[in-house]
Amino acid sequence: MNFFGAERFFGPKRLWRGIHVPEHKEQTAHLPIRRLPFPPLLIVPLSQHAGKPAKAIVHEGQEVVRGEPIAEADGFMSVPMHAPATGRVERIAPAPSAKGELTPAIYIRPYPGASQEVLYGAEQNIDQMTPAQVVAAVQATGVVGLGGAAFPTHVKLKVPEGKKIDTVVVNGCECEPYLTTDHRVMVEYPRQVLHGARIAMRAVGAERAVVGVEDNKPDALAALRAANGDRPGILIEAVAAKYPQGAEKMLVKVLLGREIPAGGLPADVGLAVFNVATLAQIGELLPDRQGLIERVVTIAGPAVSKPGNYLIPLGTPLRWALEQAGCTDQAVSVVLGGPMMGAAVGSFDIPLTKGVTGVLVLAKGGAYGEAQVFPCIHCAACVNVCPLQLDPSHLGLLARKDRYEEMETVYHLNDCFECGCCSYVCPAHIPLVQYFRVAKQMNRERKARS
Amino acid sequence: MSGTTIIEVRTSPHLHGPMTVETIMRHVIYALLPIAAFFSWHFGLSAALLLAVTTAGCVLAEHTACRLSGKRSTVNDYSAAITGLLLGLTLPPGLPLWMAVVGCLVAILPGKLLFGGLGSNVFNPALVGRAFLQAAFPVAVTNYTPGLAANRFVEFIPSTWAVPLMKPAPLNDWLAKVAVDGFTGATPLAMQKFDHIYSELGPLLWGLGPGSLPGCLILLCGAYLVVRGMMDWRITASMIAGAAATGGIFHLVNPALYPDPVWVVFTGGLLLGATFMATDPVASPVTPRGMWIYGLLMGVLTVLIRNLGGLPEGVMYAILFGNALSPLIDRLTPPRPYGARKAQVPQ
Repeated sequence: MNFFGAERFFGPKRLWRGIHVPEHKEQTAHLPIRRLPFPPLLIVPLSQHAGKPAKAIVHEGQEVVRGEPIAEADGFMSVPMHAPATGRVERIAPAPSAKGELTPAIYIRPYPGASQEVLYGAEQNIDQMTPAQVVAAVQATGVVGLGGAAFPTHVKLKVPEGKKIDTVVVNGCECEPYLTTDHRVMVEYPRQVLHGARIAMRAVGAERAVVGVEDNKPDALAALRAANGDRPGILIEAVAAKYPQGAEKMLVKVLLGREIPAGGLPADVGLAVFNVATLAQIGELLPDRQGLIERVVTIAGPAVSKPGNYLIPLGTPLRWALEQAGCTDQAVSVVLGGPMMGAAVGSFDIPLTKGVTGVLVLAKGGAYGEAQVFPCIHCAACVNVCPLQLDPSHLGLLARKDRYEEMETVYHLNDCFECGCCSYVCPAHIPLVQYFRVAKQMNRERKARS
Repeated sequence: MSGTTIIEVRTSPHLHGPMTVETIMRHVIYALLPIAAFFSWHFGLSAALLLAVTTAGCVLAEHTACRLSGKRSTVNDYSAAITGLLLGLTLPPGLPLWMAVVGCLVAILPGKLLFGGLGSNVFNPALVGRAFLQAAFPVAVTNYTPGLAANRFVEFIPSTWAVPLMKPAPLNDWLAKVAVDGFTGATPLAMQKFDHIYSELGPLLWGLGPGSLPGCLILLCGAYLVVRGMMDWRITASMIAGAAATGGIFHLVNPALYPDPVWVVFTGGLLLGATFMATDPVASPVTPRGMWIYGLLMGVLTVLIRNLGGLPEGVMYAILFGNALSPLIDRLTPPRPYGARKAQVPQ
């Protein structure tokens, strides 16, 4: 990786395109992970992941123990759910979700004074498992991609027919501003991250793993390196901080020089990519055969009074989490995820689920979208930053003329993963990403009709 | 968080960078001001008044036209002021002011607003105005007066105040008073082309020849914009490289007839054009490869027009030609997307 000390001359590996965004991580990066108390009512949606919703296996009025399975996976593209707290199932009914629609959820009322300790589970010896058994064991934990995508992790651990995976890529970039959950997990749970990486290597049959961590987190790098020691197989590498390096496609290009083909998977180029928090949970839960019941969420932003990294029971209502962290009267908008790709919520009554990396409370005045929108002046700023080397300028002009089909067939619209770089740099304040979202949806609807 | 709370729901990204169109345009004006100051100092009152008239003319033309068509005025984006400044800098300081006003009207009305205003114009508006003046008043537009005249801060060049549509008073008397013997009013490029007289390079670098702006100052002002991230250096660099390379080939073939590449770059309007007009984002390509092709093409064309055409200077027509080709260049040079085998040329 580091030929003849090249790193000393050229600095760490870096993303070619992309942008430097103010990081705002100083607000929470130094704060240790803290537990949040149980809310009066937990709302556990049956669909917290990409794929098929889980099937409830409890009934109303049933008592559940913290860590006990309460819903089973419906097929391979699905994961089970576990009770985040000891208590009683109050009802199984639709609940509002971040996307605005109602989805079925299990409402659990924790017993007052219920313990945060997990008593459920049993030890299992991973070293004697076959890859298929590891995949099944990971599915049983209910772990999904905790970097935000919420894609079932065991699906990625199952190597597709005819593919060979030589390297596991561990994503510790966390390039979104404000978010520090992965950062804190790396600092506080480096052993679990590395253990999870070795489990993943076993499952996919890879000889090595590469951990990519942005160089703005030196303490995380040091913690991982100390935990790894001299053991071979896992390489921990610093990459120069730049947005959106934490995107899977970008990171594999930066670390290994490989490009995932358009519309393809990392397995197509012999890779499997996992987020550090995901691996930390696998490393923590798998040996004890436990289930995913909580995750670390950064609550930050200019209008939060007690910002921090909170270990939140899954299903905690957003309103409860915000009450614990406190909002100032400057609060104007609440975003789930990072400020570049996260979605603003329309309700505080939604539960926090497996895919929520952060809760941002934005203040008045600082928000995007208030400036005057000018016509496109073809300055090419968007073309220069697009990490996928698309042509957002022409895509935007076509979107204005409703030429959605051409955007897809000629200008590779579907490759865009809406990282927001083009909108961020556009001096004319054209909401390019929003145009692209609309165009993709229009194309989907057109295909559905025909 | 209790009771009724109104929250705003916006789409991502929820952050925006510091750059705005208005900021970029304002800084382009800042970058042009030292050049305008030099122009005014070098040629005196008439030059200063010419710049003031072209700038005010373009801004007023745009404001009035917007109002007449019932739209919000768009002069607050500063682009009209840039057009005015650039137009003024390409004109000889003694140009009759009424002609300058005609140039402003042509630049703004058909050159910019007819296409749909900022962002929609196909050609650089300042050059559209300049091209019109060149065609309409070929003598006045190529008639340069000497710089650094002793009385330049107290007296206007007589032609400045020429009455519209009347023949300007001959400058001979005034020239006899201010100029050294043998001054012809020809620019270094014209002297080289028609009389094979080479001006010294040194003064050209600092803009002390007639009809020439200081190359080093222009590059410095351009560098300011590049450092601030407000201008793309690739077009400037490739246009200069294209001109120097083509000029070099001509020079190698016949050193007696054709000047060396450094002379080619520092004479005429090449540097001003390459730095401030060819880089007009609206009329130039957006793709990285397209920018290089566009710049090289204009550089080559400039020298071809100079050396093989009938005119001493070809920057203006080269840039207008490049503007016309830029949509085509964009179409033929799509960037290769991540993960694609090769870039697909749109049908």
